[in-house]
Amino acid sequence: MLRRAKYNKKNYYGWIFVFTSLVLMATFLIYPIIDSLILSTKSCKGIVCEPNGLGNIKRMLNDEVFHKAFKNTFIFFIVQVPIMLTMALMLASMLNNKKLKYRGFFRTAIFLPTVTSLVAYSVLFKMMFGYEGLINQFLMFIQLVNEPIPWLTNAFWAKVTIIIALLWRWTGYNMVFYLAALQNVSSEVYEAAEVDGASKIQQFFKITVPLLKPIILFTAIMSTIGTLQLFDEPMNLTGGGPSNATLTISQYIYNQSFVYVPNFGYAATLSYVIVFIVAILTIIQFKVAGDE
Amino acid sequence: MKNVRNSLVYIFLGLASFVSIFPFFWMIIGITNTTQDITKGKFTFGNALMVNIRNLFDTTDIFGIFWNTSKIAIIGTLLSLLVTSMAAYGYELFRSRIRERIYTVVLLTMMIPFAALMIPLFRLIVRFGLLDTHMGIILPTIVNVFLIFFFRQSFKTFPREIIQAARIDGANEFQIFFTIVVPIMKSTYSAAAIYSFMANWNNYLWPLIVLQSSEKKTLTLMISSLSSAYFPDYGVIMVAIVIATLPMIIIFFMLQKHFVQGMLGSVKS
Repeated sequence: MLRRAKYNKKNYYGWIFVFTSLVLMATFLIYPIIDSLILSTKSCKGIVCEPNGLGNIKRMLNDEVFHKAFKNTFIFFIVQVPIMLTMALMLASMLNNKKLKYRGFFRTAIFLPTVTSLVAYSVLFKMMFGYEGLINQFLMFIQLVNEPIPWLTNAFWAKVTIIIALLWRWTGYNMVFYLAALQNVSSEVYEAAEVDGASKIQQFFKITVPLLKPIILFTAIMSTIGTLQLFDEPMNLTGGGPSNATLTISQYIYNQSFVYVPNFGYAATLSYVIVFIVAILTIIQFKVAGDE
Repeated sequence: MKNVRNSLVYIFLGLASFVSIFPFFWMIIGITNTTQDITKGKFTFGNALMVNIRNLFDTTDIFGIFWNTSKIAIIGTLLSLLVTSMAAYGYELFRSRIRERIYTVVLLTMMIPFAALMIPLFRLIVRFGLLDTHMGIILPTIVNVFLIFFFRQSFKTFPREIIQAARIDGANEFQIFFTIVVPIMKSTYSAAAIYSFMANWNNYLWPLIVLQSSEKKTLTLMISSLSSAYFPDYGVIMVAIVIATLPMIIIFFMLQKHFVQGMLGSVKS
């Protein structure tokens, strides 16, 4: 009897504590997911929607602008995420060395980009990478190039610029997760390896990477979701141009909903593509990491 | 050999730090230069600072916009910390089978990108009559699944004896939470506060959709529209960027110690 009463009381408080979050989630997360599914079967002109069955999917398969946005987003993902995570891991393992001088300075400096707003830094980079801008002036000054690089106006270089910008902004962010995880690895593990004659590089691959596997998986998934949602940077750095060379899926969905004649139905269908890819990539990442 | 390796490490870290900090230097130099000088890549101080500041004040309602941004970020952060930490406490301290299942679903929703939600959310906000209001921006951002996860990980390490002792002393569950747990978890709350404040302060896409009248705009929207103008005034934009970035840097340095501790707490278990 007593146990039963205690259990009920516990259960009761449990519900009260989670209640507000559940109401808000039901309203602003679960309901929109369902609404979006229904919308994806309709074709809309503004607020007037008609049933369209699988018409949106058919349209999507033939939509060349969407194919381009899809390809761009994937290029950003496949190039940027591995470079960023490797760099973050290298920086973190260097900064984990307690004998390193100026550790605090390096850590703060490399983390600093993380506090800037995506819009603010994109606009800043747009100015730096202008045709006559600072970066080109510098590259010509050290005679690395003979004429300015068309960073923002050439299809290839515009992609490069966005990748550079993303690396600048997010490497330090991921580094902090690795640093935090490394602090929990006792330094004795490394000292023992040192005694056994393992080189620093061997230590990195044999100790650091395996021990950090869960957190690497976590950052990989977060970066995947982040890259597939890419919006602020291309919007403010290149505007999606030149001729859609940096247009991302998110930006195309935004255009379909709020720039062109709004077609919420088609936009909803496109947005499920992102959900679908995130799910697939996450499963792959779990499989590669070999957990569960 | 060891020396060579050491200097390589310092060169690498030095280079990474330089690249990281450089745009900040350039931003400070930029606010003192004219648009012509900035576009030409001039890298020395100029004397246009006062002109740029005056132009910003003349062309935009910078005080109002700063106030809007602060209001959204502060209210959003406070509500978010309250709701997500209470939820995390509920899941962690009062475990039950149903709530564990719900928690799994909650975590899975982290996978749903915002792009998939923005259209139905927009329709919802319109139906609630919250279009072009600050409340319309704040409401959908209160429940942040990452924060629930973050708080729950931290509550795992909270000593249960303290809670038991308080119960015996006759405190009810809310008193325990607000007067004992919250003050002890200060570091966790600071880390979560930085995270949440930053997300709200820098939010762009959602305010872009919800806000329409110019007097309700936020800093990110203002910077974006200044930059996409036909003849953008780079000096003015630089001042605006500094105004948008400085508060974040100050808050970060003030709470940095708590932030790292809080992060450690969340990763430990």
